[in-house]
Amino acid sequence: MQKAEKMQQLRVFAQEIRLETLKTIGSLGFGHVGGSMSIIDALAVLYGEVMKIDPKNPRWEDRDWCVLSKGHAGPAMYATLGLKGFYPLEDAYTLNQPHTNFPSHTDRTKTPGVDLTTGSLGQGMSTATGAALGNKIDGRDNHVFVFVGDGEADEGQVWEGAQFAVHYQLDNLVCFVDDNKYQLDGACENVMKHAKGIGAKFAAFGWNVVECEDGNDVEQIYDAIQTAYATKGVPTCIVLNTVKGKGATFADGTGAHSSQPSKEQWDEAIAYAEKQLAEIKAQ
Amino acid sequence: MSFTLIGKHEKDSRANRDGYVTAMLEMMEKDLTVMHVDCDLENCINTGKLAKAYPERTINAGIAEANAVGVSAGLCATGKTVFVHSFGCFASRRAFDQAFMSAAYAKLPVHIVGSDPGVCAAYNGGTHMPFEDCALYMSIPDAVVVDPVDYAQINCLTKKLAESGKFSYMRMIRKTFTTVYGDGSDFEIGKGVTLKEGKDVAIIASGIMVDEALKAEEQLAAEGISAKVIDMFTWKPLDEQLIIDSAKECGAIVTAENHQVKCGLGSAIANVVIQNCPVPMEMVGVEDRFGQVGAESFLREEYGLTAAHIVEAAKKAISRK
Repeated sequence: MQKAEKMQQLRVFAQEIRLETLKTIGSLGFGHVGGSMSIIDALAVLYGEVMKIDPKNPRWEDRDWCVLSKGHAGPAMYATLGLKGFYPLEDAYTLNQPHTNFPSHTDRTKTPGVDLTTGSLGQGMSTATGAALGNKIDGRDNHVFVFVGDGEADEGQVWEGAQFAVHYQLDNLVCFVDDNKYQLDGACENVMKHAKGIGAKFAAFGWNVVECEDGNDVEQIYDAIQTAYATKGVPTCIVLNTVKGKGATFADGTGAHSSQPSKEQWDEAIAYAEKQLAEIKAQ
Repeated sequence: MSFTLIGKHEKDSRANRDGYVTAMLEMMEKDLTVMHVDCDLENCINTGKLAKAYPERTINAGIAEANAVGVSAGLCATGKTVFVHSFGCFASRRAFDQAFMSAAYAKLPVHIVGSDPGVCAAYNGGTHMPFEDCALYMSIPDAVVVDPVDYAQINCLTKKLAESGKFSYMRMIRKTFTTVYGDGSDFEIGKGVTLKEGKDVAIIASGIMVDEALKAEEQLAAEGISAKVIDMFTWKPLDEQLIIDSAKECGAIVTAENHQVKCGLGSAIANVVIQNCPVPMEMVGVEDRFGQVGAESFLREEYGLTAAHIVEAAKKAISRK
């Protein structure tokens, strides 16, 4: 398949995930829309093209792993895994209902395809690093991907994990930083800034750093992953310059961490996402 | 369970930590999934031996306990059997959220080892003196919490914890310590060990207080008081039946621990007693205080962790019958 055709398929897949994510959170009426929507293009590239997975055998030993250290983006993961056939899509519409297998934050004991449990920020960086080390010890030819939020990177544990990954030369580890510029209380710049940029921090820790100028562009993300794969001896950090709430009409550009829009706003957002999907498919 | 009681109040020629290291060497040779993770304290518990024999499976995470526990959980998710060590204060307080969420909540049975429990932190002082480590770990659903006493018990329990497949916390006295059990003694997690039978009072102890309990039994016997002595090395799950039987047999209980009594072994046992067979109880242990620096002998006196304190508590409990 030509690259252009591949990228077109990924753009379609990303928009399908956007639509499903909105339907999933919309089934409840409120949730973490902002940070779910910003990482969807990266999830589309991973699950649509890059990762070795088997939806019928989620714990396949030679699979690639994906850890949402920013666990509140769970709904985006649930939409992605549902679209890949890990479970029927509508299962995820039980989000946060009593005894659901689809809680706000990703849980390895509940959802098929979720590799590690996250929610307490910073912790997924360490557990993903441990998983990368375990796979390396066992000589597996696979990768562990971890998503860290720009707000989450306030946590010291992120940097403990970062130094460990370099010390143990975990080149099978790829960390995406969702640089969407906002955390719960507002702009990261105002709440807790990364003075010289998050990429500069990772570089100072010894990581290979790739900046995606548009972290919502599947081609840039795909190319960055190829660079990561070609880099040996150190882990790679891919900084995704993203828009929080990307594609959700009520959240896009507002920086909102969680949203509880009206019924009309949900309908409008879903209708817009459907229209976008049709337009992208027509391209 | 089969054990030999030495109980002569004499020090072992070996350090307790070597009970752990010997068990780990044995397991790591047989089982390629077994790993040790440390936080820049390999030299304190002789796990340099593990690093030498199995460098790929002995990981030094540096002075970063939270990450070390998280990495251990990640390793566990790839099928490894992981023991992770730091001093008890850091292995509990410092890395508790990671132990709770990344490991226990995620059903990844990491084995956490905290050395220098309570007054054993001695010259490292109050900052390093965990009187609350077991309290934290007992609060985690389905966790196993053990407070072993000597080389043989640590050696056995290390292997039993690995076999259990359960998230666990083990306190470990790391230096040379009084021998209570003979080598090869076998213990079952969740089962207390009756070291002496008696009828007037049951002394239930663990860790450094087991030998004090045995001394107290001898002193009480000399005064005509018959004491039952139990090593309750498993704090969770607690051997409730043995506690109930002992309360019925003796009609009075004394607990003894190197930990805060109000959130430790004493209060856990009181929970069982009050719901099943209320009898007078006295608790020997730390009474809502922080640790401090000093020789272990001084600290034992300071916090009331001696055979004399157990004898006094036993008489008081009996008088309340």
